[in-house]
Amino acid sequence: MGIPLDLLLEAVLFGILLGGFYAAVSMGLSVSFGLLDVPNVAHPAIMVSGSYCTYFVVGRFGLDPIVAGVALTPLFFLLGMAVYRFYYEVFEKRGGRETGVRGIAFFFGLALIIEVGLILAFGVDQRMVEAPYIGKSLVLVNDIRIPMRTLVAFGAAIVLTVALTLYMSKTFTGRAIKAVAQDEPALRLMGANPVRIKQWAFGIATATSVLAGAMLIIVGPVEPGMDRDYIGRTFAVVVLAGLGSMTGTVAAGLILGISESIVLIHPSLGASWAPAVSFILLLVILGVRPQGLFGR
Amino acid sequence: MRFWIGAAVVAAALVAMAALVSYEYFFFAGYTVLMFVVLATAWNILGGYAGYVNFGTPAFFGLGAYSAAVLYKATAAPLIVQIALAALMAGMLGFGAGLLTLRLRGIFFAIATIAVTVIMQTVFINWRYAGGATGLQLLRPPTIAPFDSYIKMLFIVMGVSAIASVAIARYIERSWLGRGLRAIRDSEEAAEASGVPTLRLKLIACTISGALMGVAGAPMPMYLSFIEPASTFNLNYAVGALASPMIGGTAHWLGPVIGAVLLSSLQQIITVTISSEINVLLVGALLVVFIVVAPDGILGLARRIFGKR
Repeated sequence: MGIPLDLLLEAVLFGILLGGFYAAVSMGLSVSFGLLDVPNVAHPAIMVSGSYCTYFVVGRFGLDPIVAGVALTPLFFLLGMAVYRFYYEVFEKRGGRETGVRGIAFFFGLALIIEVGLILAFGVDQRMVEAPYIGKSLVLVNDIRIPMRTLVAFGAAIVLTVALTLYMSKTFTGRAIKAVAQDEPALRLMGANPVRIKQWAFGIATATSVLAGAMLIIVGPVEPGMDRDYIGRTFAVVVLAGLGSMTGTVAAGLILGISESIVLIHPSLGASWAPAVSFILLLVILGVRPQGLFGR
Repeated sequence: MRFWIGAAVVAAALVAMAALVSYEYFFFAGYTVLMFVVLATAWNILGGYAGYVNFGTPAFFGLGAYSAAVLYKATAAPLIVQIALAALMAGMLGFGAGLLTLRLRGIFFAIATIAVTVIMQTVFINWRYAGGATGLQLLRPPTIAPFDSYIKMLFIVMGVSAIASVAIARYIERSWLGRGLRAIRDSEEAAEASGVPTLRLKLIACTISGALMGVAGAPMPMYLSFIEPASTFNLNYAVGALASPMIGGTAHWLGPVIGAVLLSSLQQIITVTISSEINVLLVGALLVVFIVVAPDGILGLARRIFGKR
């Protein structure tokens, strides 16, 4: 490979931090696409709009970006419920022919509208937020520097991931969401309303995407077109994880993060190949093991 | 027969335009409209008939454009040879991508096609000979006899490609291939169980669709006298190719044609008079409105109004 060992070590360390962040970013999609089977290609666009909302709230009220993100979750929760309700009424309920095609095209159109809406509202320039920990870095032994912003995002990612995993496995609603993913007709026979559960779950998925958006703008500046990079990353993580597996999502996030940061420092590959890593990974998984690492 | 008379009338109209109109910008805009007719028609072969959404139009289009540009740089081959190579390369890409992902559900195919686009773009950013990230300047060859400007020639070439791709799509629609693809769209399990060779049909459709997208891309380097990865693999081609059939109607070969002519004419006007952001917003909004309100597109609306089945 021709990479010095200490540089490789630094890349792996950075990759782990990045990977935790990718796992958190993909959590919402893991619920909406992995469990609910909604082809939500607008997920990254919703996340980027979450970054801009965070930017707005931070600028207006001077809050910490993470606090701002948490404050925005109820709004995004309701938004997500509304989107799912609409999707259900227009596509899932009618069912039958071409639902898939039209559903995908619908979310694709939604992503476009969000992206252009952000351009019209905020312009194409990059936006960033201010916080005490942004711009500082933690120095470890051997002069390895870790930017504090990555560390904060990683911490928030871990909290989010653990909270969501516990929610899905310990609470009644969480188990109901898993049940609706496993066997919807059976749930219906038990007298539960699968649509309401799915609507709730989609709300949660969307609420996590505003938190992911807050982390995104902490990690670095954002621009409206950024969702296009994250389509590859989030779907690669969710598919590699095995649809809907939370443990898998963490593992897959780490694999993607480490691969990307090694490609980044590789002398003959470098930054111009980094955007392709997630997509190459995605194609390989689809070709070799479409059920993912922890597939059901 | 009526189709061929119609095609001849369209061809004659295009030639008459080339002979009578002297305003150059008309041909620049007209070329783009015709190009989107090819892209939308090609997209519809897999997306409309079989129900497999392809977001990767830029990958096929861009591979076609780059094949033509690289061949021209290496050998100065004439445009017709460039187009043939572009069709071959993009068709092979369609076959390969299809082989990898068409066994899976539609959403995986859709995402895989985005992946193919990004990977293609990255490959050409890193390929020095093809100009890398900065791009490649190309000198147009001299204009050939019956045409008095190069852009008019490209306009006619794209017109011929458009008529040819519509004819191909129409043939597919009416043949065993189209019937098989429709069976796949309605219910893949039922089609498989009734003995339709689903994977083979999907692969054929994906290959033809990809090759036609390559044809649409091949004259692009000559059109701009320049080629560069970011604009060549732009997602806007995917948007246009997907939105046009959805707006026009996916069930009939005429749908993508109507959609592409309407949408790209509108886009030309809005980009020039207002802004390119509003243009993308309009396409997104139109796409969503049509999917929700008129799932069968303009053709479906027309049928409902005039009461024909």
